[in-house]
Amino acid sequence: MPETVADTHESGVARIFAAIRLPVGDPFALAGLVIYAVFIATAICAPYIAPYDPSEILYTADYDLASDLPPGAKGHLLGTTSLGRDIFSQIVWGARSALLVGFTAAFMVAFIGSIVGLLAGYFGGWVDAVLMRLADVAFGIPFLPFVIVISAFSEPSIWNTVIAMGLVLWRDTGRVIRSQVLSLRSRGYVEAARVVGSSDLKIILRHITPNILPLSFLYGSIAIGWAILTEASISFLGFGDPDAISWGFMLQDAFASQALARQAYYWFIPPGLAIILVVSAGFFISRGYENLLFPKLGR
Amino acid sequence: MNSLKPLLIRTLQLALVLWAVVTILFLMFRLMPGSPLAAYIDPTFTEEQQEALIRQFGLDKPLWQQYFTYLVNLLKGELGYSFRYRAPVAERIWLLLPNTLILTFSSLIVAYVFGILAGAWLAWRRGSRVEVAALPVVLATRAMPEFWLGMVLLAIFSFSLGWFPAGGTRSAGTDYSSLWALYTSADFLSHLALPMLTLAIYSQGLPLLLMRSNMLDVMKEDFVTMAKVKGLSSYAVVVRHGARNALLPVVTSFAIAVGYQLQGNVVVESVFSWPGLGRELVAAVLASDYPLAQGAFLMIAIVVIAMNLIADLLYTFLDPRISHA
Repeated sequence: MPETVADTHESGVARIFAAIRLPVGDPFALAGLVIYAVFIATAICAPYIAPYDPSEILYTADYDLASDLPPGAKGHLLGTTSLGRDIFSQIVWGARSALLVGFTAAFMVAFIGSIVGLLAGYFGGWVDAVLMRLADVAFGIPFLPFVIVISAFSEPSIWNTVIAMGLVLWRDTGRVIRSQVLSLRSRGYVEAARVVGSSDLKIILRHITPNILPLSFLYGSIAIGWAILTEASISFLGFGDPDAISWGFMLQDAFASQALARQAYYWFIPPGLAIILVVSAGFFISRGYENLLFPKLGR
Repeated sequence: MNSLKPLLIRTLQLALVLWAVVTILFLMFRLMPGSPLAAYIDPTFTEEQQEALIRQFGLDKPLWQQYFTYLVNLLKGELGYSFRYRAPVAERIWLLLPNTLILTFSSLIVAYVFGILAGAWLAWRRGSRVEVAALPVVLATRAMPEFWLGMVLLAIFSFSLGWFPAGGTRSAGTDYSSLWALYTSADFLSHLALPMLTLAIYSQGLPLLLMRSNMLDVMKEDFVTMAKVKGLSSYAVVVRHGARNALLPVVTSFAIAVGYQLQGNVVVESVFSWPGLGRELVAAVLASDYPLAQGAFLMIAIVVIAMNLIADLLYTFLDPRISHA
């Protein structure tokens, strides 16, 4: 990793942007970023894009329940559910919960993992021993069963997934960042800073953190996908918030309403494709970061 | 033997991890909302049953004493009494574990055989159009919700084409003389096909990508160049010299994959009504059958931790580049 990042004297914001180093040069990563941009725009503008309220039960002009309409029928782009809800509007609003869960969970995972990795790697000794045994414990917890139990014992809410991810999934990020910090700690400029009497806090913040930020973002972009997949699984299993329209909730609704037996592909294919698009966008970006961070691999 | 000491330390560390997970499990089910008795006692149990359970798990004692009773009971394999089945939890879990393991291992073996072959082939065809097109597809299979893939396969192959049954492990009314007869019957295998395929499609990405990148690394090493210089055919170089050396880390990742798969099983088993530990965990939590939920969780955790240990051991023993220090 280049050491120049730590030595530049730009303004704070510019330094952070330089440190994050969005991998726009990589075609994969660029595609990922474009997908993200579209989904973020969709999530923000959901009320303007969605033609109907996603949980409103709709009726046709002659006062029949507008249920199980095929795509295109009576102005419903993707058809309607068995309860007469507009599928396209649900997809649009689902982007909101997906991105909300994805970004907050990714932030928690990257933030907690980076702090753990920084402390363990920089201070070593018993701090390192304690934190790495904690990581072992986190690796020993079956993640999805853990989220299920947490969700079952608390009020149904999309935040259960976020909290459970914050409690368990920092483990990968923490381990990787720790080993990165271990190698950074012995670099010349860090030693130099220590010799001239810089405090530990200053060394960590000024000289080490900027160099591990891209790694944090790498793991953050993977965590976005994990969060969306986990939230979908939890909603599908019936532990989600019944008032929040998410893609997982849509799939659970379709599965429970026998959409499979009725060949209602228009109902359960779109939410799955939406999940795949957003999650693989995260993977694409993470690959871009990998190429940026470890260029010698050249793939 | 010098190499045994770090392994012993690692084993002890993971024993501590198991203890920590057991403790977290205890706390989760005791600090949940509701009566402290609710973790083991259903109001519909008879008075004698209730008293026997209160005595067995020390439910009238303070929390710290309950904790020690809980640990002692665990060591004896006593997991309580299921609310719904009116049977010991341990009995139920031993009944379901084989189904989960069969599903997990069959799907992973298919995924690894395919992934290793396809990964090596893609590395060999590096830069070709096939390779460029295949990579995003493989990444997309990793991005699929497993249960959604299961739903799609179910809708196509079961409800549309009618090739495979929609769920369970056997057709109604069939009976087999032994478990072995059941597991080798055509009926069981046709029930296994779709959930197995679902998990295999999801899991092949990891060995494929690992194999591909390891192959690319190995192909750059000196002995492969030597083999090429010696004039060996490209097939011989790829298979005999490249693949053999690229395989080690992939094999190690199998153990880790078993642990992850067990967690993914939870949803796929639910889609296919596959009577395994994961589906039982979900059903038990939904029905507030807490002893059974704890037991299923614990069993999954034990397998995950054991697989982490096996992966560590394989990693240390198989890869000569890792020092034992």
